[in-house]
Amino acid sequence: MDCAITVRDLDLYYGTFQALKKVPLDVMRHRITALIGPSGCGKSTLLRTLNRMNDLVPGVRIQGQILLEGRDIYAADMDVCALRKRVGMVFQRPNPFPLSIRDNVTFGLRVAGQTDRDVQDEVVEQSLKGAWLWDQLKDQLNRSALELPMDQQQRLCVARVLAVEPEVILMDEPCSALDPIATARIEELMLDLKTRYTIVIVTHNMQQAARISDYSGYMLLGDMVEFGATSGVFTSPKDKRTQDYVSGRYG
Amino acid sequence: MQRHFDEELQALKLQLMKMSALAEAMISEAVKALMDRDPSRVQTVYEREKEVNHLQVVIDEMCLTLIALHQPAAGDLRFILGAAKTNSDLERLADLAVNIVDEAKELMEQPPLKPFGILPRMAILARTMVRDSLHAFVNREPGKAREVLLRDDELDQLKRDVTAELTDYMSRDPSAVSRGLALVLVARNLERVGDHATNIAENTIFVVEGRDVRHHGG
Repeated sequence: MDCAITVRDLDLYYGTFQALKKVPLDVMRHRITALIGPSGCGKSTLLRTLNRMNDLVPGVRIQGQILLEGRDIYAADMDVCALRKRVGMVFQRPNPFPLSIRDNVTFGLRVAGQTDRDVQDEVVEQSLKGAWLWDQLKDQLNRSALELPMDQQQRLCVARVLAVEPEVILMDEPCSALDPIATARIEELMLDLKTRYTIVIVTHNMQQAARISDYSGYMLLGDMVEFGATSGVFTSPKDKRTQDYVSGRYG
Repeated sequence: MQRHFDEELQALKLQLMKMSALAEAMISEAVKALMDRDPSRVQTVYEREKEVNHLQVVIDEMCLTLIALHQPAAGDLRFILGAAKTNSDLERLADLAVNIVDEAKELMEQPPLKPFGILPRMAILARTMVRDSLHAFVNREPGKAREVLLRDDELDQLKRDVTAELTDYMSRDPSAVSRGLALVLVARNLERVGDHATNIAENTIFVVEGRDVRHHGG
């Protein structure tokens, strides 16, 4: 199997509450994997375990295994900063820093000590091109990122992730703050990005998962109810609960 | 904005064009097998039917997946529904070609009945209707589709004429009954070929204009 990330028997507790129950997941390389399910099903929690964002939440306890290219990311010697560089994240609401467009994109480089202006310029151009922003923004790189419209802000956040050359991009409801046209643009961008990156997306929007993902996992109350090729999950799901959810009968 | 979805619609269209070409060629080969008493063409039709059957499954699967995953609307939705319906018509056309060569094979084993009379005219008309309806569907030409619809009445009339002609012939020569009946069946199959071409033409108008012209509607 051509897996970038393999999750096995993952249990996650917030204090005494068990949010994930023996969850399995295979994230295929250069494919889009969508996690769907009702609020509170554990999909965002699962996403955040993939680059150890949950480490920042007090009282979290994790059992099981998550392998990135065969290496356990919860191993004692794992460099968490390096991990988050390899597995980047785009959040629900665009969260550009209150800096210029250029400084947003080069932020990760500067943190890593890269001060060479030529290198930075090249990264800015490539990253903005990768996020379909270069043509619109190349003449205003010193403008504040906060002045951009929402969808450009969100794509700038994608560019900021691309700048550190990740292998995997995690996206947590990346379109929920966007209108349908901006959403369509992000979706097309994701389809373009998957030729170079592995993408995992959490979405409330089932249709979005159907449109863009190659694999879908349906989660309910901390269980991975069904996981498989998206075409199968949306045309002939095996589990009655998945059937009810994808056909809009859930609840 | 160019959509990835458009590439998938294009892929569906290419498969339909492939199937159209096969079905059209099968009708053509079947008619030639009959007229020229050519057994090699019989075999060609049988072989192509397998390909058509395979494509039917592939195209249905594509339509199902496109609808389930992309929630198509308006022209995209009509195209996918039209493609699924045309897919069924193409598969039926291929079956009719097989029916015709089944009869042709039987007839080849017996002496020729007589000059075919008006059956060749019927075969040519049916074949042309298939070709034109598929051309109209693939190239989105409702005008051409409407011409096909007008020709169906003529085909039905020819079928009645062929049947009358053969009935008369058989009543005068009882030894010709089995061959005559085989040709009546061929005529009936050709008439059905026209019906499927008509369906495809109606689908074309629905896909392009959003207008349902079946049963003299629209």
